[in-house]
Amino acid sequence: MENTLTSKQLLAKLQSEHYAGAMQAKKEGKLVAWATSICPQELLETLDIDVVYPENHAAAIGARKDAPQFIANAEAKGYSTDICSYARVNMGYADIQFSEAENIPMPDLIFCCSNICNTVIKWYENLAKTLHIPLVMFDMPFNHTFDVPEHSIRYMRGQIEYAIQQLVDITGKKFDYDKFSEVMKVSSESALWWRRATDLGRNHPSPLNGFDMFNYMAMIVCARGKESTRDLFKLWHDEMAEKVRLGKGPWKEGEEKYRIMWDGIACWPHLSVTYKTLKKYGINMVTSTYPESWTIVYEQNDLDGMARAYSANYANRNLDYGTGNVIKLVRDFDLDGIVYHSNRSCKLMDFRQYEVQRRIEGATGVPSVVFDGDQTDPRIFSQAQYETRIQALVEMMEENKIKKQRGDL
Amino acid sequence: MNNAQTIIDALCEQALHPALAVAKSCRDAGKDAVGCFPIYTPEELVYAAGFLPVGMWGGSTEIKLADRYLQGFCCSIMRSNIEYGMRGTYNRLRAVLLPTLCDTLKCICENWKVAVSQLPVIPVVYPQNRSLPAGEQYLKDEFSRVRLELEKLAGHPITDEVLEKAFALYEDWRSAMREFCEAASTHPKTINAKVRHLVIKAGWFLDKAVHLEKIRALTAALKELPEEPCAVRVVATGLMAEPVGVLNLMVENGMAIVADDLAQESRQFRTPARPEGDALSRMAWRVMDQRGCPFLYEVEKTRGQMLIDLVRQYKADAVVTMLMKFCDPDEFDYPIYKAELEEAKIPHLYLEVEQQMDSFGQAGTRIQSFAEMIG
Repeated sequence: MENTLTSKQLLAKLQSEHYAGAMQAKKEGKLVAWATSICPQELLETLDIDVVYPENHAAAIGARKDAPQFIANAEAKGYSTDICSYARVNMGYADIQFSEAENIPMPDLIFCCSNICNTVIKWYENLAKTLHIPLVMFDMPFNHTFDVPEHSIRYMRGQIEYAIQQLVDITGKKFDYDKFSEVMKVSSESALWWRRATDLGRNHPSPLNGFDMFNYMAMIVCARGKESTRDLFKLWHDEMAEKVRLGKGPWKEGEEKYRIMWDGIACWPHLSVTYKTLKKYGINMVTSTYPESWTIVYEQNDLDGMARAYSANYANRNLDYGTGNVIKLVRDFDLDGIVYHSNRSCKLMDFRQYEVQRRIEGATGVPSVVFDGDQTDPRIFSQAQYETRIQALVEMMEENKIKKQRGDL
Repeated sequence: MNNAQTIIDALCEQALHPALAVAKSCRDAGKDAVGCFPIYTPEELVYAAGFLPVGMWGGSTEIKLADRYLQGFCCSIMRSNIEYGMRGTYNRLRAVLLPTLCDTLKCICENWKVAVSQLPVIPVVYPQNRSLPAGEQYLKDEFSRVRLELEKLAGHPITDEVLEKAFALYEDWRSAMREFCEAASTHPKTINAKVRHLVIKAGWFLDKAVHLEKIRALTAALKELPEEPCAVRVVATGLMAEPVGVLNLMVENGMAIVADDLAQESRQFRTPARPEGDALSRMAWRVMDQRGCPFLYEVEKTRGQMLIDLVRQYKADAVVTMLMKFCDPDEFDYPIYKAELEEAKIPHLYLEVEQQMDSFGQAGTRIQSFAEMIG
């Protein structure tokens, strides 16, 4: 039966099972964890703890335009409008505990990894304090060097060992190292298939529409330790490989005229308009920094390698790495332009964005624009500004195309 | 009184004119200066390397150049630091140390390398899981790495003996600062909100040995004076008690700061070192033992209780939050300790501050009405 599903249908099924499964687990008295998006979920999967991801949940709430009530609730408690809106949505949800968009069970424990930002440390600290539940913390020091330093790896390794003990104490279960090994293997395979699938965006035209990637991303966030996720990405990959063979582009109608990268999280409350505006001009988002962020690949049973892989993500590394990574994307995906989302929620991305933009433009000559928005707070984005910026980008990309044809570039 | 006032005047003058103060300190000590970004910068290592550690807490200045790197919704201290750096204000420094304790500081670290490339940056990464043995070891390793960087900069090794001496000096200074704060709390007129801030702030621009001597003399002079009454006694919490314009308003309204939980003030000296161990271990333990700080992970979140305890200990009437706009860690703590203060029935005043603030009308009204309500 499952074999007949398309990857899109399978994605919808797995997503719905993910949320329903967690609700059911809670009903049955099983432990439920809330976790940050790029955390070593392998430990939780090994112990059969159902995990939901507040960032993913907040995105779902944002996309279905239900964020304002949660944001208002958090702000009434004293949370500033300046802090991450995923956090505000989640803090509000922890209080209201119901959304028309999507529901998650309340957690019995929370699991936080600082490789995406320090903001999650504060956010989860507050959750632990207000909900009176244990917090398992993974601190992954910021890599101001290109590579992850050795003393940092030793520190993270020590934390993995400590976290296992903490989880054993919380669950009362024995930690099954054979299962852990299998989960590590599956997680790496999921990451590889995710990467292989998203890499197909390199083709001309790209079979991948980047906004679909935002949707598929839900499963690499929420369930990469599961075989079903690996199989989903393999199916998605195979479907797109077939499209490549047939020379099919991202859309049923309309031609891919320009290929761009989108920098930053989606503007969830305005997903449709941000997508349609691009499509109107024949702009396809063929990649972003996210394929790389979830390429968490390491040798099975290599705890140091696992620590290194988790610590080495884009947000946790220096600008030389970040810009090198984007320059490579520009070349590998043959990009015509870049759209930078100056996302009010994400200071860690924002305050490097101008310099990244300059370096990429300097190294590749690819034009770019920045627009103001937010991942879930609908109040920041302006459709008029977005449209104007995209028009400006189209003009610059068109000029470059003409120059290329003339041989000036 | 006269002796106290002379010391106060000199320290306030130095705090208000950092460039002159730093130039004089360098001249007097025959040392080059190294900049120390906020917060918990391991100054003892800088001092032991033979440099003068200098605080870098921004300042009130027009932001032009920094806009090239930072959006307007960035912490004003960090915007000022980048602005000063690009403008060449910090060129007398040999290098800067920068702890990456929040997301903004991580970005500042990366931008600094390009925006202020003439001034080398030595990042310091603190462990957040600091109570674990692995966290302790990491911090010691990190301090050792910073020590090596500073040795390279100085062109000579930092011997254990010199480091021990530097650490001992800093412990003496921290102890003297705690004693000063005690004495200041019973003399809220002589040491009013503005004076208290400036006397402490001066320490960021002076050789700690010099500041220590002055603080000891000031504390001794204060102890000679009779205790002073005060209309409104408050505990201040946040990053720093600036802009000074806000403190002027407090003074005008009879509001004194009798204890603080400010990063630029008591947080740097409130935690004494453990008695045993070598300097590097004791430095690490000081960070591990620090409580109630928004920049250091603490699952129990004791800041609210700590503020309540301070209010009781210093017979304060209220807590004043000086929230530096766009400071995420502080903004996340606020709703938690606000609820705890409310439960303890402790009045509190929330003031949002920015270094580039040029109008104090709203703050003035809020401080005045709060003081009237309490007093």
